[in-house]
Amino acid sequence: MSKKEEIIRVDHITKRYDENAVLDDFSLSVHEGEVVVIVGPSGCGKSTILRIMNGLEPIQKGEVTYRGEKVDGKLGSITRIREKVGMVFQSYELFPHKTILQNVMLAPLLVQKRDRKEVKEEALQLLARVGLSEKKNAYPRQLSGGQKQRVAIVRALAMHPEVLLFDEVTAALDPEMVREVLDVLLSLAKEGKTMVIVTHEMSFAKAVADRVIFLDGGHLEEEGTASEFFDHPKTERAKQFLHTFTYDKVEREEER
Amino acid sequence: MEFKDMFKMLADGTWDTLYMVLISTLLGYVVGLPLGVLLTITDVDGISPNKVVYKILDVIINVTRSIPFLILLILIMPFTKLVVGKSYGTTATIVPLTIAAAPLIARMVESSLKEVDKGVIEAAFSMGASGFTIIRKVLVTEARTSLLVGVTIALGTILGYSAMAGVIGGGGLGDIAIRYGYYRYETGIMIVTVAVLVILMQILQWAGMLLSKKIDKRRGK
Ligand SMILES: Nc1ncnc2c1ncn2[C@@H]1O[C@H](COP(=O)(O)OP(=O)(O)OP(=O)(O)O)[C@@H](O)[C@H]1O
Ligand SMILES: [Mg+2]
Repeated sequence: MSKKEEIIRVDHITKRYDENAVLDDFSLSVHEGEVVVIVGPSGCGKSTILRIMNGLEPIQKGEVTYRGEKVDGKLGSITRIREKVGMVFQSYELFPHKTILQNVMLAPLLVQKRDRKEVKEEALQLLARVGLSEKKNAYPRQLSGGQKQRVAIVRALAMHPEVLLFDEVTAALDPEMVREVLDVLLSLAKEGKTMVIVTHEMSFAKAVADRVIFLDGGHLEEEGTASEFFDHPKTERAKQFLHTFTYDKVEREEER
Repeated sequence: MEFKDMFKMLADGTWDTLYMVLISTLLGYVVGLPLGVLLTITDVDGISPNKVVYKILDVIINVTRSIPFLILLILIMPFTKLVVGKSYGTTATIVPLTIAAAPLIARMVESSLKEVDKGVIEAAFSMGASGFTIIRKVLVTEARTSLLVGVTIALGTILGYSAMAGVIGGGGLGDIAIRYGYYRYETGIMIVTVAVLVILMQILQWAGMLLSKKIDKRRGK
């Protein structure tokens, strides 16, 4: 794993809102082709990590490096990593007044200044890949949640990012739509895409992760491969956390 | 007065009114749109917060907006004369109308742009879009329905102000209504003139709403 080149790294970062430290001396390095899954209780700082990796959130201490190059507060350097770091949000955040195709094409055209014809061709291919070709001229309101999220993924892919960040992309979806979105993520992982995924879908996490990061109260509690973490958690906190996703068989009074 | 003359007078008056209202609203947007954008982006939760700039604009706009239009009309007469060479007539009235329109428009633009979902703006940032691209392609485009409703309201308000300008010989339908209705007690002419104003206002409102519904992609069908 460490033979592959490091793509993005956050190094000893501290993030505070007012007095509260949300992240405390947190480090994470993501290598090419790796799928890192971040899990942890609500409010432990998972979204904050992704937002820092994408330069959406200022930090008080530490640094972010992209392919070994320090990302400073200067606009140029932030814009450059944002182009290379794709982000997909829980609530899709599609542009409501733009068609699906326009949503996908906007950034490649305006940010990367690529050729319109080439961008359009690629956008159509990507939409076909997630089974949404015939929705290209629809508006976001005409799509289901699962479809919107697939468009949001395509929109991120159209930028040719070197790493993709997913923040609970199925949390707002009805159960029957979760699968169609997670299948897209699985196929991206199979393709060897570098990804950092925040999710509460534990069986999906186990299937997709090369490495699991368990976060609690703003610091790393435990780290390991998917089977290490899910089957043999080391820390008490991780055991407790995983326990919240399992249910014991109800024992009825009379069966005792 | 013969019918033919009255018709001509009303037609000229309508034309003068439209001329004043359209030009003032247009000029009002030339000033008010950038101001509204500036207010939006410099506010605390905007894309480039700047307390000082926001506060200065905020105060200037509030002060201008609290001056009653008739007072403004009279207050700035010397300025109007400086700009257009005289202080009465349709062209002269455009000056105070624009000054009244700009802050109103800035406020409406601000409130329209602030309706744009923060998450969508953040998504655009996350894709590496610059502030300028976001203003043009996200803020203004996504707020267009609301901006257009704002244009309708601005036109309606300026139409009302333009009629008030009749008091000091501002030209247009308001001028006619006051000259005939108020000074000469020709109630008939006054009523017809007011009716034309009402119809103009209705057409404006109706066209504006129709258009904004048409370009609203969030709802419908
Ligand atoms: N803008 C903000 N101002 C103040 N506190 C904030 C802000 N954003 C987040 N926080 C706090 O930072 C902590 C971490 O937030 P974060 O969104 O990263 O958690 P999370 O792990 O993604 O949680 P969830 O699973 O609920 O999405 C939380 O305690 C939250 O209350
Ligand atoms: Mg979160």
